[in-house]
Amino acid sequence: MIQFRLDRRLGVSTYLQIVHQVRHAVRLGILRPGDQLPTVKEVVGSLAINPNTVQKAYRELEHDGLVEGRPGLGTFVAPTAGGPPPSSHALLRRSLERWLRGAFDAGLDAEDVRALFETSMHDLQKEGVA
Amino acid sequence: MTTPAALTATALGKRYRGHWGLRDCSLEIPAGRISALVGPNGAGKTTLLHLATGLLAPTAGTIETLGRTPGEDPDLLPRIGFMAQDVPLYRSFRVREMLEFGRRTNPGRWDAELAQGRMDRASIDLDQRAGTLSGGQRAQVALALALAKRPELLLLDEPLAALDPLARREFLKALMEGAVDGEVTVVLSSHLLTDLERVCDHLVVLSGGRTQVAGDIEGLLEAHRVLTGPRRDVDRIEGVAAVVQQATTDRQSTLLVRTDGPIIDPAWSVHRVDLEELVLGYLGQPNATALPAPRLARTGAEVSR
Repeated sequence: MIQFRLDRRLGVSTYLQIVHQVRHAVRLGILRPGDQLPTVKEVVGSLAINPNTVQKAYRELEHDGLVEGRPGLGTFVAPTAGGPPPSSHALLRRSLERWLRGAFDAGLDAEDVRALFETSMHDLQKEGVA
Repeated sequence: MTTPAALTATALGKRYRGHWGLRDCSLEIPAGRISALVGPNGAGKTTLLHLATGLLAPTAGTIETLGRTPGEDPDLLPRIGFMAQDVPLYRSFRVREMLEFGRRTNPGRWDAELAQGRMDRASIDLDQRAGTLSGGQRAQVALALALAKRPELLLLDEPLAALDPLARREFLKALMEGAVDGEVTVVLSSHLLTDLERVCDHLVVLSGGRTQVAGDIEGLLEAHRVLTGPRRDVDRIEGVAAVVQQATTDRQSTLLVRTDGPIIDPAWSVHRVDLEELVLGYLGQPNATALPAPRLARTGAEVSR
């Protein structure tokens, strides 16, 4: 079972934060196929948020195929859910290293790179991509 | 399928001795929502809640609660849970006696298990007297009394005002659990906008006895933006339906706007708003309004909970 937390400073809506945290937990293997998500009542009882917000997040996750609702039982991580395959990891890492070399060649330092990463990440999160 | 409104006011007015506490107030709170009732002190929030229960009678206009006229219909009161501003409890009563009082005054509706469960979760001793309870515990008892009668409409007048941050959070957790359990519409008046943004999905802003803003919170936040850009004439901006508030320096303009499309002019940086910015923006401009278009027929609202 995982516990959600809210970060108001993110500027990301509550329901998206829940969606992100479930995706993240599945990617890291904290949540595995068949695991149950906290019930709506448990979530609102721990975070003091509107029940519709939780339901909206679960609906979106369900729509993405990451979880499935079983009537009367709760919401469970789908059997097919899992992180990206290791092969695509390696590929992404190689292209990231290439990008980093380019950035350092262009005169950026580590702090510049982190700031650039955070900004781009923030923008994508606002668009709901990440 | 249409969902009737839980609360409908039409040109509602209440005149006290020398002044109007509420005047020409029209609004609709759809069933199943958790609605935030906000506005400055004296805006008419308490008056509206008292009119909704029938504790007060209107001077002008009409109010309908759960499809009935409050004060005229004896069947209505058992269906409403009401928590008054100062949480009045009989100081010498033990918690056990208050729950018993609730059971006897709500025959057929009282959920003793729910009341007991709430007291257990809040670690409140049933033998304690009301006078010795902390503010947070008093609020928990009052909420349990209101929830255990299984109301269809729960009206809470400033339930958070006297609570410290921890007690406030515990109260809101209990309220949200109650909202999951029962199919209940909640109207909650408060000044604490960040708390309200967490728990509410519908907003009513009262100002000077009138409705200034009403609607779905997500929809309202989606329809408003803050624009910043170099100072210039703001008569017409593509995508802007109305300028709610504007502040200008000699170089820069900052606008709170209601949009009707994307803001494409690259001269403006566009920012999302939170509930606090939205409410304060409107309260700062009492003549600006954001109200649903008048409807010819009541169509009900999308409710999913």
